[in-house]
Amino acid sequence: MRHLVSVLVQDNPGVLQRVAGLIARRGFNIESLAVGRTHQPGLSRISLVVSGDDAVLEQVEKQLNRLIEVIKVTDHSEPHVERELALVKVSIAGMEERLEVKDIADAFRARIVDVAKKSIIFELTGDSTKVNNFVEAMRPYGLLEVMRTGAVGMSRGEQVLKVREKKAV
Amino acid sequence: MNGAAAILKALEMQGVDTIFGHPGGTIMPTYDALYDSPIRHILVRHEQAGVHAATAYARASGRVGVCMATSGPGALNLVTGLQDALMDSTPVVALTGNVPQHLIGTDAFQEADVVGITQPVTKHNFQVRNVNDIPRIIAEAFYIASTGRPGPVLIDFPKDVQQAEFTGSFDVEINLPGYKPTYKGHPRQIERALEALQKAERPVLMVGGGALNAAPEIVALAEKTGMPVIPTLMGLGVFPGTHPQCLGMPGMHGSVAANRAIHHADTILAIGLRFDDRVTGKVSRFAPHAHTVIHVDIDPAEIGKLVKTTIPVVGDAKWVAAELVKGAKKLQLSKWWAQLEDWKTKYPFAWKPKPHLQSQEVIQAFWEATRGKAVVTAGVGQHQMFTAQFFKFDSPRSWINSGGLGTMGVGLPFAIGAALARPGELVIDFDGDGSFQMTLQELATLKKLNLNVKIVILNNGFLGMVRQWQDLFHAKRYSEVYLADSNPDFAKLAEAYGIPGITLTDKAKLHETVREVLAHPGPVLLEARVYHEEGVFPMIPSGGAAEDMIIENPRETVAGD
Repeated sequence: MRHLVSVLVQDNPGVLQRVAGLIARRGFNIESLAVGRTHQPGLSRISLVVSGDDAVLEQVEKQLNRLIEVIKVTDHSEPHVERELALVKVSIAGMEERLEVKDIADAFRARIVDVAKKSIIFELTGDSTKVNNFVEAMRPYGLLEVMRTGAVGMSRGEQVLKVREKKAV
Repeated sequence: MNGAAAILKALEMQGVDTIFGHPGGTIMPTYDALYDSPIRHILVRHEQAGVHAATAYARASGRVGVCMATSGPGALNLVTGLQDALMDSTPVVALTGNVPQHLIGTDAFQEADVVGITQPVTKHNFQVRNVNDIPRIIAEAFYIASTGRPGPVLIDFPKDVQQAEFTGSFDVEINLPGYKPTYKGHPRQIERALEALQKAERPVLMVGGGALNAAPEIVALAEKTGMPVIPTLMGLGVFPGTHPQCLGMPGMHGSVAANRAIHHADTILAIGLRFDDRVTGKVSRFAPHAHTVIHVDIDPAEIGKLVKTTIPVVGDAKWVAAELVKGAKKLQLSKWWAQLEDWKTKYPFAWKPKPHLQSQEVIQAFWEATRGKAVVTAGVGQHQMFTAQFFKFDSPRSWINSGGLGTMGVGLPFAIGAALARPGELVIDFDGDGSFQMTLQELATLKKLNLNVKIVILNNGFLGMVRQWQDLFHAKRYSEVYLADSNPDFAKLAEAYGIPGITLTDKAKLHETVREVLAHPGPVLLEARVYHEEGVFPMIPSGGAAEDMIIENPRETVAGD
């Protein structure tokens, strides 16, 4: 089963290596990892997409919590918003194809961010399924490059990830 | 004051009195400051011995052990010892020098990515980049190492940080928002545990190295309930080995009584242990009749990691055990005990006597001669298992071995660390001829310190444990395990270092030799030339279960040799 996990960390040097290293050495299976600063100085937030059953997920959470610089770990099993950004460069043979591709992009609400003689770059935001579908829809025209950020997410409503007493070591 | 002096002052403030280390280029400013420091430095002959000695110092004393090394090769020699301390949850702080910050990342002389390399083998590590952070980082390192589930912490000091002028304060606050160990177990879970125990017909109490500080509470809990107690390899001594309620250790080379008790138990109360595969065998076949598993551990990640837990209690072993004692009642276990006594009587740890001197009798002789009053260390292999089986440990912190990592060569450095932690006490290192040769250079350290350490090398001329597996599982194809043709004369080797060496071959002279070794003040090395094809039994083959236990050596079913 696929899980989106958010991890609030102190943004000390090497913290990403600690998280990535832990995941690798414990043999957890991750689809994506995205990291960025938060609005609070000194804190970063990592989004992980992990696949595994409940027991695996429990170990992922507990092992992450053992890292000293990890402040909070949440599995977004509750209603949440999930988004991923993708840049997709598609090769374009002629005017007819250009129009076709644009129609598909409109259906996905993808934006054109670069136009050249033989290529277009689309910017697309959505959950991972939507990005997958867009990439597949573009594949017949010739994918030149695809860059995805990995999923990021947060809980709906007032629930937030914040500094407070972590359960334990 | 420079950074180096600040490091030593901060260490003093943590109560550090001993550092095990070896100098080198990038740690020289700190060695210079050490020249004026009241802290005692033990010069080991290899950094690995330094971290092992610090580990034993910690385990024998209950305090944080400290070791120090230079950058690159010095720091990398700590890696094995750090993982050893990590797996056996021992509080150690390792201090390493590094190249100056402007050279980091340039492949400078004796540079290695020590922080990167030691990340997975430490509980946490730091690199100090600003000289004024030294007191705070040292305070945080000691706090992390010694609280919660203890473990090793490494602090890396680039040379320029050691040399820079310190203008900060020693009055520091620890700021670790992500680190809040839970000490008090949840009252409802403790209540549930007590209810479950009350209903148990065949309960067992298993205790591990996490219960080292909870020995009085464990004894009280066992005696109040009347439960049988099974200390793991790391928990030997937490509950007295000579106590009538003690079934001995469980697992691969555990007692028949302990393994069968776990197999038939309906309720398991496990305190401060992590269900290592050497304890459980095949997890899916472990404790198949236990409808209730109560697991008490300060590390929540250990609960449910391997064995399905019905009542999890996250908390400190001592605190939780004390709460359990308060609510515990006498259990009606006469039927259970009749069965347990039967197993205990029928299958004690034993050996088949041979004309040749045997490891088991040597260990037993030392136990009898000392009445168990010694701190005992071991290397890794058959001699370690024999020691765990035949030396009965009655107090915690009297048995120091490498349980989780199984690090050959720890015996002698552990003995040195333990002897320094427990001045005035006898220390015995039961070692193997293979294990001993991995760190024998520390004879020099031992000689210099003139510690009361008795090294007993049980020399069977083989890498005995590997040989045993090759015998049982590889059709006796003895691949690369034979040492006898090139072993040194160990007694002469000791003499070369100025340590008295004794060789024992004659079974009849065992007891008088043991007396001679013990009567000698200071270090002695005894080489006991023991039967070369002894096996450690009982044995549950790797990946097996209690039912697969081999009780006696199948090679010895025919009498005589």
